[in-house]
Amino acid sequence: MSDPTASNARRRRSELSVAEGDTTRGRRPMRRRVWFGLAIVLLTTLAACSTKQSPSIVDPKGTEAHTISGIWWLMCGLASGVYLVVGGFILVAAFRGRRTETGKPSRVRDSTFIVVGGLIVPAAILLVLGVQVVHASNTLRQPEKDPLHIEVVGKRWWWAVSYPDQKITTADEVHVPVGRPLEIGLDSDNVIHSFWIPQLGGKVDMIPGQHNVWRVTATKPGLYRGECAEYCGLEHARMNFVVVAQTAADFDAWLVRHQLPPSGPSDQLAATGQMIFMREPCAGCHTIRGTTADGTIGPDLTDIGSRLTLGANTVPNSEGYLSGWIVNSQTMKPGNLMPPIPMSSSDLQALVAYLRSLK
Amino acid sequence: MALTDVPSQQTHGKIDPEELEEIWADAPGVPGFFSTVDHKRIGMRYIYTAFFFFFTSGLMALVMRDQLAAPNNHVVGPEVYNQLMTMHGTTMIFLFNTPVLAGFGNYILPLQLGTRDMAFPRLNAFSYWIFVLSGLFFYASFLTGKAPDGGWFGYTPLTDKAFAPGINLDFWGLAIVFVGISTTVGAVNFIVTAFKMRAPGMTINRVPIFVWSILSMAFMVLFAVPAVTLAAGLLELDRLFGTAFFLPHLGGNVLLYQHLFWFWGHPEVYILFVPATGMISMIIPVMSRRPLAGYLWVATALIAIAFISFGVWVHHMFATGMPVQAMSFFSAVSLIIVLPSGVQFFSWIATMWKGRVRFTTPMMFAIGFLLIFLLGGITGATLATMPFDWQVTDSYYVVAHFHYVLNGAVVFPIFGAIYFWYPKMSGRKLNEKWGHISFWLMFVGFTVAFFGMHILGFLGMPRRISTYPSGLGWDDLNLISTVGAFIFAVGTGVTLVNWFYARWWGEPAGPNPWDGDSLEWATTSPPPEFNFASIPVVASRHPLWDQRPLPTANPNGDDATKSLGPEGAEHHQTPETTGLDARPEATLDLPHPTYLPFLLACGIGVFFVGLLIQAVLVGIIGVAAFVVALTWWAWRTEVDLA
Repeated sequence: MSDPTASNARRRRSELSVAEGDTTRGRRPMRRRVWFGLAIVLLTTLAACSTKQSPSIVDPKGTEAHTISGIWWLMCGLASGVYLVVGGFILVAAFRGRRTETGKPSRVRDSTFIVVGGLIVPAAILLVLGVQVVHASNTLRQPEKDPLHIEVVGKRWWWAVSYPDQKITTADEVHVPVGRPLEIGLDSDNVIHSFWIPQLGGKVDMIPGQHNVWRVTATKPGLYRGECAEYCGLEHARMNFVVVAQTAADFDAWLVRHQLPPSGPSDQLAATGQMIFMREPCAGCHTIRGTTADGTIGPDLTDIGSRLTLGANTVPNSEGYLSGWIVNSQTMKPGNLMPPIPMSSSDLQALVAYLRSLK
Repeated sequence: MALTDVPSQQTHGKIDPEELEEIWADAPGVPGFFSTVDHKRIGMRYIYTAFFFFFTSGLMALVMRDQLAAPNNHVVGPEVYNQLMTMHGTTMIFLFNTPVLAGFGNYILPLQLGTRDMAFPRLNAFSYWIFVLSGLFFYASFLTGKAPDGGWFGYTPLTDKAFAPGINLDFWGLAIVFVGISTTVGAVNFIVTAFKMRAPGMTINRVPIFVWSILSMAFMVLFAVPAVTLAAGLLELDRLFGTAFFLPHLGGNVLLYQHLFWFWGHPEVYILFVPATGMISMIIPVMSRRPLAGYLWVATALIAIAFISFGVWVHHMFATGMPVQAMSFFSAVSLIIVLPSGVQFFSWIATMWKGRVRFTTPMMFAIGFLLIFLLGGITGATLATMPFDWQVTDSYYVVAHFHYVLNGAVVFPIFGAIYFWYPKMSGRKLNEKWGHISFWLMFVGFTVAFFGMHILGFLGMPRRISTYPSGLGWDDLNLISTVGAFIFAVGTGVTLVNWFYARWWGEPAGPNPWDGDSLEWATTSPPPEFNFASIPVVASRHPLWDQRPLPTANPNGDDATKSLGPEGAEHHQTPETTGLDARPEATLDLPHPTYLPFLLACGIGVFFVGLLIQAVLVGIIGVAAFVVALTWWAWRTEVDLA
């Protein structure tokens, strides 16, 4: 959502280019390749830690992501060990007989080597992994007491978000309290989407004709990136959202503010804007609670003024982007279902003022 | 039964080889091109056609990598990107990987078995024509101005009429059904050939591992391909005839499609991977100058994979919200399938361990394969653990994983196999120096292109996105990946040039340039149309190492053995042997060149075009041509075999 610090990016770039240079210069390519592999493994860790702004699964901010990140580091340990040992075997096996006439004998019988290396050891590793994973994952996605119900419906290509108990509807932004179990109902009335907030946990698909539920608890306040992870057609790439994880108090305040019926336009310009909204095609597709606008094709705009992004996290929600979006959103998100709405600049100014007043 | 063991030179003397050439030769020029049933010509065609698709689809990948090289890039828009992504995936799976392995199988299998052709040569030609026509059919979608864009997996409802009204998706759905005919027919042919056409004495425990791998692949094809045919077929029924198998608002079920698709889709990974391991199991022992360690273990592992591969498909669907208990079973099976691959892996290591490795180009590709597949296999096991899969499925981690498996662990063996068997196919060796250059470019390019994608997945980059914003830590890794992709592409290009250069100016190879152990090295390079004037008699798993000179069989005067010697070649015959211990039991007449396979395939092609454009008349013409060709085929069998 915000830019990573430039120094982080630069550091990463220089590290990677050093690693690359090494491989091409090496006199003994095999050895070099091992070092190259090691360097890359190290970089994995570095890259994962150094880019705090990435929606990284190893930077967990939710219960499920915590557990899975633990599983990953266990597997990463096992996998690195296996790779180094077996990779070592491969290289040694390839080179050890090279100065001999017919190959170097070994006391170990072929079948012993194959059974131990190919069956017994991997079976033991998989058993450890299996037990650990079952143990860890038993706690995931279990119903808990007093959850907060949220319903998210995947649209093309945005997200309709509602809090059924509080009767709040919004879009492309999910506000959640930290520490309270969430029960997120996931549906679609069009194609398949997949709901993914990497820093909170794994994916759950949104499948037409099937109601899925994802249970998770956010553990730390912050802004997290949410994404559609199932290919859903033209604008799959621009179907993202923002998760706003707040302290219980902040979240309650947000709830209260959104449960109040929206006050009317505060000034003359906004009042004109409201009139234009109702006159132009806008109201046919969008809902603004407390007005006659009740379309359901596009996102609910009742709190558009307080949202962080437009077009499912395509552009930031600023005056300029909002104007541009209204006039021709196709330039920012080609193929999205909102047609260009040509209007005079004074009308546009009023309309934007109205929309930005909707908090 | 007594088979006379006589060194081949002596038997050759009885009948003039030139005379044999004449009996077996195809008509020159165009008629021969369309009527040949020679497994070697068909095999080469498979390889050429598949590589045409490989390079086409590779260029598409380069355009995609160009687009993703920088954030908010505008090389192509989402519309074109989605088409490229769909065409790239579909082409690589259906029109490159599967058929290129069928091509090698076609060329090598009868030679390794010591027979004069496949069991059903006309069916073999038919299988090729179906493949090439379905490929043309699929690529004809470009002519409409819009290629299929539903992803290579074509999930409904995105591919239903409501969300994809265009004809472009019908090209995809029908092509999947169309090409399935070719794969299935080919599988039947491989199975019968492997069981009934082996040289006398080649008992089931003396069969080269490559044959075992093709056999395992063919059985998987037989049971898996109907599922994808059904998935795409039902989808087309929904699209063209208004049924509602996958339409939820009419009572259909979208997950049904996914089950059908992956019931084929996961065995398909092994359908591609298993013959590739078979190639590795041929290359490593020859280049280590010793027999493969643990032959029985490896053969058993190949069969085990074929069985277990049918119990893992749900790991593609862990995020669909199925009950966790049900999914746990598939998670466990997906972990267990690591074991047979582990067996193969340690067999290869053991083979090298006690041998003396020659670092030839095929061996370089084999070692590269080992190092790449090791990681691809490990990441595969991580994907089998359900909670972790929830995080990384449909992210770039998966893109990295399956390119490690399908590019690294399949394409590397294929390139190794090219360098290994090219001398047999052309009579000339590929240039070793350029082979090494090609390998290193491919290996380094591959690693640079795909390793970073694991990290991108960890950083939350989803699959199949046509662009991404900056500031998410994805920019550098994507740029690096693009650079790697171009290096890889140059590496493949070097081999392409090497191929055509060596075709005319390569160093002559002789019959057995690598000192190989299996029967394909017993005949000349390139082999004559009839492969073997006299059929060799096998008494070992490694006939060319253990039986010098290699004995050939003499007829015994009875019907079972009369085709073993050059008289068999003269009469256009080949022996049929028993399934387990390969005793001669009958004589098979091999068919002469015929246009019928081509005609039959064309009839089916016309039928599919009729479906596509919804023209009943065209469809009827297609069916009519099909029926006529099939009837004629049955009718003409005696003429073809005479």
